[in-house]
Amino acid sequence: MIDNNQLLRFTTAGSVDDGKSTLIGRLLYDSKSIFEDQLEAVENTSKQKGHAGVDLALFTDGLRDEREQGITIDVAYRYFTTPKRKFIIADTPGHIQYTRNMVTGASTANAAIILVDARHGVIEQTRRHAFIASLLQIPHIIVCINKMDLVDYSEQAYNKVLEQFEEFSSKLLVKDIRFIPISALLGDNVVNRSQNMDWYQGAPLLHTLENMHISSDINKVDARFPVQTVIRPQSEKFIDYRGYAGRIASGVFRKGDEITVMPSGFTSKIKTIDTLDGALEEAFAPMSVTLTLEDDIDISRGDMIVRSNNKPEPTQDIEVMLCWLNDAPAKPRAKYTIQHTSNEQKAMIKEVVYKIDINTLDRNSEDKALDMNAIAKVKIRTTKPLMVDDYRENRTTGSIILVDDATNETVAAGMIV
Amino acid sequence: MSKYYLNYLDELESEAMYVLREVWAQFDNPVILFSGGKDSIVVTHLAQKAFYPAKIPFALMHVDTGHNFPETIKFRDDLINKLGANLIVGSVQESIDQGRVAEEKGKNATRNALQITTLLDAIESNKVDCAIGGGRRDEEKARAKERFFSHRDDFGQWDPKNQRPELWNLFNGKHFEGEHFRAFPISNWTEMDVWNYIKRENIQIPSLYFAHERECVRRNDSWIPNSEFLKLEPNEEIVSKKIRFRTLGDITITGGIESEADTLEKIVDEVSTMRQTERGNRSDDKRSETAMEDRKKQGYF
Ligand SMILES: Nc1nc2c(ncn2[C@@H]2O[C@H](COP(=O)(O)OP(=O)(O)O)[C@@H](O)[C@H]2O)c(=O)[nH]1
Repeated sequence: MIDNNQLLRFTTAGSVDDGKSTLIGRLLYDSKSIFEDQLEAVENTSKQKGHAGVDLALFTDGLRDEREQGITIDVAYRYFTTPKRKFIIADTPGHIQYTRNMVTGASTANAAIILVDARHGVIEQTRRHAFIASLLQIPHIIVCINKMDLVDYSEQAYNKVLEQFEEFSSKLLVKDIRFIPISALLGDNVVNRSQNMDWYQGAPLLHTLENMHISSDINKVDARFPVQTVIRPQSEKFIDYRGYAGRIASGVFRKGDEITVMPSGFTSKIKTIDTLDGALEEAFAPMSVTLTLEDDIDISRGDMIVRSNNKPEPTQDIEVMLCWLNDAPAKPRAKYTIQHTSNEQKAMIKEVVYKIDINTLDRNSEDKALDMNAIAKVKIRTTKPLMVDDYRENRTTGSIILVDDATNETVAAGMIV
Repeated sequence: MSKYYLNYLDELESEAMYVLREVWAQFDNPVILFSGGKDSIVVTHLAQKAFYPAKIPFALMHVDTGHNFPETIKFRDDLINKLGANLIVGSVQESIDQGRVAEEKGKNATRNALQITTLLDAIESNKVDCAIGGGRRDEEKARAKERFFSHRDDFGQWDPKNQRPELWNLFNGKHFEGEHFRAFPISNWTEMDVWNYIKRENIQIPSLYFAHERECVRRNDSWIPNSEFLKLEPNEEIVSKKIRFRTLGDITITGGIESEADTLEKIVDEVSTMRQTERGNRSDDKRSETAMEDRKKQGYF
């Protein structure tokens, strides 16, 4: 593995039996990411179940309950590495009742793989998966048209799915959509180029994942530094040291930059950017660093350091696309704790503007119940200002979660619009 | 390509530092669970990075089974000295003496399961509200679904079916009296990442990881080290082998592999060509397909 290799996080979505587990198993198997003892265990189970060869789907099996029911019910993370990149797969179940898991997996992904069975074409679930990927602003979508072996590797079958998909995806906001005809079971166009589809000119899936351009997906323009904690060594050597520790959410900070601390509005200049390995001249997202400032100002967790010429909007009223994640539905005008970067305030859902039917993408202004898996546009009021950006511009400063104070559970996730 | 991008190790490092700072900010009394193994050593190193130039703000908590490699204990004490950190020891022997747990019997007896009680007792008596572990999702299938912030009820138990959703980098560590969290800053690292990072950062690790001559016995396809606790079976014999350990647990159950890898470079090379997962040499996981999941639900590391 070469030292400047990047990390790519992707999710996989598909309906039950579209071949998602087989595809992931195939990627792990063909990229030689499976260890001998795992292989042995899976070979044994495959035999017990009466499968002819290795059942690739078994590599992605998770907890016992799921094994018993034969379905995936939570987000499971898998890892593999090629000479070009390290990959993290967030494997999420496809069924509508697991929308919340899909949203979770999508929240950190650079890319989404959406599986479509070539025989069935685009179905309701495909639309929902694509919608969630666009809602969470996953920058790259790869539609894998699977089971091509069952449609004689036919170009027409592939084109039909492609047209169906494009028909509705034109309504979604996705920067980059690609289509790849594959057979997860037999390996066509997964790691190796298919011998059976000369008509397909594009790259196989793994090659696509390895070469996709991802460094420009992070916002490098708006410099935002949410303060996580204040570092005060109180040792002899660093007697007056006061550093602000955090992970740069977006943009670039340089030594000497004029900054503003929000929400207080105090201004200063960056004195040093410190790390254990020495001070830096500049630092960028998503680096974790410690900043010191020229002036002694009162800063604590929840504050945000930004460049003075480019500030986010401090506001107590936000509009959010909210995904409800909890069994207990929202109570009308209920109060919650809102978490936004390192900032935490009390909040109230003032109004549900409309709910989205995630299969048809229609807006529903009649039924406004926020129950499990509901996705709705809502208005939220907070007790103190949050320093927000539009989620489309900034996935870190544009996202929030709601926590129910009675149970401490995370009940909703939202994207600021 | 623009110069403003991180390589995978830098990104993993930054993520782990972020998690450690969140732990510090969200909890009153967090500790690092320190086993002396490479994963908890890496977590400790990352904590130094996260809080520099301050000392690491966490105490190190070690669950001592009494069946240690002497090298591990020496390494632990040296590190504590160097960091100027506090050490909290939970003793399995004490739990046994107090009748909190009973020693397992028979040939394959280990103190592995007993650690759970000692760990939970130590968490409770020290009023720890977050225990930071070196668990990685790639280690084992039950771990693949762990959150960065993982909630434990007031019996210390994990409910895999009822985990809090974790989105973006927004971690919810809210808890009621008596409950605690486990935090896993290196969730997204693989064994290979850990080794590459140790090499890159030149992190000190116990000598046990490097190939060395050692007296051991062949058992269940691995080399179990000789120790005062080893009871030989009639057909077994002690031999001297050049071995090293891929993970460090109790001296009674941690098997070594034959190896010539006596430098970090050679270890990284060896690991990258190795075709066995690292826990494969630990008899505690071989008991059943769901051994890890069952222990984790009860409160294991
Ligand atoms: N013929 C064929 N069968 C496939 C292909 N991919 C998956 N399958 C089969 O479809 C069934 C469902 O696959 P699985 O991976 O378990 O689907 P999941 O529910 O999406 O994870 C299994 O019997 C697979 O062997 C493919 O490309 N071609």
